[in-house]
Amino acid sequence: MDLKGFGGQILVGAGLTLAVAALSLVFGLMIGGLGAAAKLSGRRTLRALADAYTTLVRGVPELLILLLLYFGGTVFLTWVAGEQVEVNGLGAGLFALSILCGAYTTEVLRAAVQGVPKGQIEAARALGMHRATIIRLVLLPQVWRLALPGLGNVWLVLLKDTSLISVVGLEELMRKSAIAAGATHQPFTFYAVAASVYLLFTIGSVLGISALERRARRGLARA
Amino acid sequence: MDWQLMFESLPRFLAGAWLSLKLIGLSLVVGWALSLPVAFARVSRRRLLWMPAFAYIFCFRGTPLLVQLYLIYYGSGQFPWIHDSWLWPLLRQPFGCAVIAFALNTAAYQAEILRGGIMAVPVGEVEAARSLGMGTWLIMRRIVLPQALRLTLPAYGNEIILVVKSSSLASTITLLDITGVARSIVAESFAVYEAFLDAGAVYLILTFVITRVIGVTEKRLMRHLRREDQAAVPTLEPYGA
Repeated sequence: MDLKGFGGQILVGAGLTLAVAALSLVFGLMIGGLGAAAKLSGRRTLRALADAYTTLVRGVPELLILLLLYFGGTVFLTWVAGEQVEVNGLGAGLFALSILCGAYTTEVLRAAVQGVPKGQIEAARALGMHRATIIRLVLLPQVWRLALPGLGNVWLVLLKDTSLISVVGLEELMRKSAIAAGATHQPFTFYAVAASVYLLFTIGSVLGISALERRARRGLARA
Repeated sequence: MDWQLMFESLPRFLAGAWLSLKLIGLSLVVGWALSLPVAFARVSRRRLLWMPAFAYIFCFRGTPLLVQLYLIYYGSGQFPWIHDSWLWPLLRQPFGCAVIAFALNTAAYQAEILRGGIMAVPVGEVEAARSLGMGTWLIMRRIVLPQALRLTLPAYGNEIILVVKSSSLASTITLLDITGVARSIVAESFAVYEAFLDAGAVYLILTFVITRVIGVTEKRLMRHLRREDQAAVPTLEPYGA
C-alpha cells in the first residue's frame, strides 16, 4: 500500500496513542484504588462522594468530559494564574482519560474485593494476621485475579477512547491519519490504516490479557 | 456562571436533544435489526456463516467508533462510484453517515449480547421443542429468542446507555446534537462551563430515564419468575421482609 510518505508519521502517532493509554491506565488504577476504598469504607460521606463520582462520569459522554476539561481547564487555569494559560490536548486528554478510567476501575476493583469470600478474611484474622498482612497476602492476590477480566475491558475501552483526544488536537494515531487524509485526498485509505492499527492493538491486548488471566488462575483448581 | 445564558440556551439544547434522540433511536432500531442475522450466523456451526460474523463483530468492537464514523463520512467521498450509487443521498449528509456508523457499531455489540443470550437458553428446552416436531425457525421464534431477549435485557440496557453516550461523536461531523449545541455555544460566547454543564445535565437526565425504564421493563418481563424465586431463595430476615 502506498502511504505517500506518511507511514512514519502514523507510526509516531500510534506510539503516542499507546503511551497516552498506558499512562491513563496507571493514573486510572490509582484513582480506582482510592475510589474502591472509598466505596467500601464505613464512612458515609466517602461512599457518597465515590458514588457521585462514578455515576456522573459514567453517565456523561466521554467526549463531553474531554471538551469540558480542555476548554474548561484553559478558563480555570487562566483565572487562577491571572494570565492566559493554554491547556494542551495532551494534558486535557490524559486528565480526562484518567478520570474516566478511574471511574470504571473503581467499580471493577470494588466488585473484585467483594468477590473475595469473607470467611478467608476472618480465617486470616483468626490466625492473628495484621490488617496489612491480610491485604497483602490474602486480599490482593485474589483481587488481582478477580479484577483482571474487568481491567482488561477497561484497557480495551481506554485504547479506543484515546482516539477522542484527536478532537482537541493531540497528534496521536487518529489526528495523524486525519492530517494524511487531508493532504492526500485519500480519507478512506488513511482512516482504514488507522482502523487496522487500532485492530492490531486490540488483538495484541486480547492475547496479552488472556495470558495474564491464565497466569493469575494458575493456583486455582479447574472447575 | 451566567445563569441567563444557561436559561436562554435551553431551547437550543431541546433542539439538540431532539436530534440526539432521533440519532439514538434510529441507530438502535437499525442496529437491532442488523444484529439478529449476525448473531444467528455467529452461533451457527457452519464456517461460512460464523467466520464472517465473527470478523464483523471483532472489527467493529476492536476499533474506535470515531474511526468508523470518519471512514464512512469522509472516506466514502474517496470513491467516485459511490457518488453514483443509491447510497449517496444518505452518505452525502452527516445525519445519514452518523446513523449508518452508529447502527453498524451497535449491531456488533448487540449481536454479541444476543449470542450470549442464545447460548444461555437451556439445551433441554430446545431438544424438547424439537421432539414436539417444531422446526428450527419456530424454535428460534417461540423458545430461544423470547428467553434470550429476556435474559439479556440488562445488557441491552447498558448498550442503550453506551449508544446515548457515543451519540455525542455526531458533533465531530458538524451535527448539532446535544454536544454539538454545547460546542457551538462555546465557540460563540466562550461560556465553557455553562454550555458543557448544561449538556452534561441533559445527558444525565437521558441516561437516568433510560435506566429507570429498563428497570421497570425488566421487572415486568420477569414477573412470572418472581414468586418462585422468593420461595427458593431464603431471606436474611427471620420472618421475611
